[in-house]
Amino acid sequence: MLVSVYRYNPEKDLKPYMQDVEVELPEGKDLMVLDVLQLVKDEDDSVSYRRSCREGVCGSDGINMNGKNGLACITPVSTIIKNNKLVLRPLPGLPVVRDLVVDMGAFYKQYEKIKPYLQNDEPAPAIERLQSPEDRAKLDGLYECILCACCTTSCPSFWWNPDKFVGPAGLLQAYRFLADSRDTYTDERLADLEDPFSVFRCRGIMNCVAVCPKGLNPTKAIGHIRSMLMERAT
Amino acid sequence: MVTNVTSFGRSGLSDWLVQRVSAVFLLLYVLFLVYVFISKPDMQFQEWQALFANNAVRIFSLIALLSLCAHAWIGMWTIATDYLTTRMLGATANKIRFIFELLCLIALFVYLVWGVQILWSI
Ligand code: SF4
Ligand code: SF4
Ligand code: FES
Repeated sequence: MLVSVYRYNPEKDLKPYMQDVEVELPEGKDLMVLDVLQLVKDEDDSVSYRRSCREGVCGSDGINMNGKNGLACITPVSTIIKNNKLVLRPLPGLPVVRDLVVDMGAFYKQYEKIKPYLQNDEPAPAIERLQSPEDRAKLDGLYECILCACCTTSCPSFWWNPDKFVGPAGLLQAYRFLADSRDTYTDERLADLEDPFSVFRCRGIMNCVAVCPKGLNPTKAIGHIRSMLMERAT
Repeated sequence: MVTNVTSFGRSGLSDWLVQRVSAVFLLLYVLFLVYVFISKPDMQFQEWQALFANNAVRIFSLIALLSLCAHAWIGMWTIATDYLTTRMLGATANKIRFIFELLCLIALFVYLVWGVQILWSI
């Protein structure tokens, strides 16, 4: 199989280029893209990429495979292969540090902006803040995000305004805290999101939903935030 | 909170709402026109004029015109802030965008005044 890998080392290369590597796939086995990357690295060990858990938990190996963002470690080659060719690029929309490694700074900055932690101004109880099973259930489909950035870097609105639009991952987490019965800063959180960019740059293209390796639905969460903003203002 | 003074209502929520509501008015107006065309395939000038001389139709047309202007402004502003940015065009982008927004605004204002004039001169 032909693997075409995006290469760029800012210390050496003037411009990024694609490197073609022929790899031999073992018979009768469907490798994950991360395994293929290892085979590529066996051929040329200067290829750089991030990975850690190799089982879809840490979120560090989000890359663009044949045009679609995803986690290399849990994407079987058979599901994305086109004409026996695999094109691997870094996540779009973020500056490349080297090869498939991108600078996630802009992504984390937006995450930080939504204050991704519980805020509660009532005195802390002796043991813990309790939550009913029903209220806890409201966080399902929100808390599972592993911050891999596959969604946010596939969102055109984030490409155009990475400094102003929070992006799907950040907004999913924003809703995770808006929906939490133990958080008392709902109003302040909403006030921070009402401007024309933070939430409302979402045009409902749903690229985010299409790529999330955890099967989460940021567009739905964004819809809930909009409804909460409406509720608050009318 | 990201601030911006050039957006329609200076709030994402109000822009979003105006965009949705104006879209509904425009849809209703288009349906109305389609209905008029279908129900009277061989309409003559006299009937056409009488229709628009009717005050209710006039007001409906004015609502549609206002909706169109608001809708177009929010849309053009969004396009400008997506593509005419310093990220895309470099340092002069803010000036370019401002001029573009101004031109859009003037055009829409002209259409509005002109449209009102046409509607009330029938
Ligand atoms: S639905 Fe919204 S957040 Fe998701 S990709 Fe589209 S514009 Fe981006
Ligand atoms: S919502 Fe999904 S795609 Fe987006 S960062 Fe979280 S896990 Fe990754
Ligand atoms: S290596 Fe951890 S998610 Fe793929």
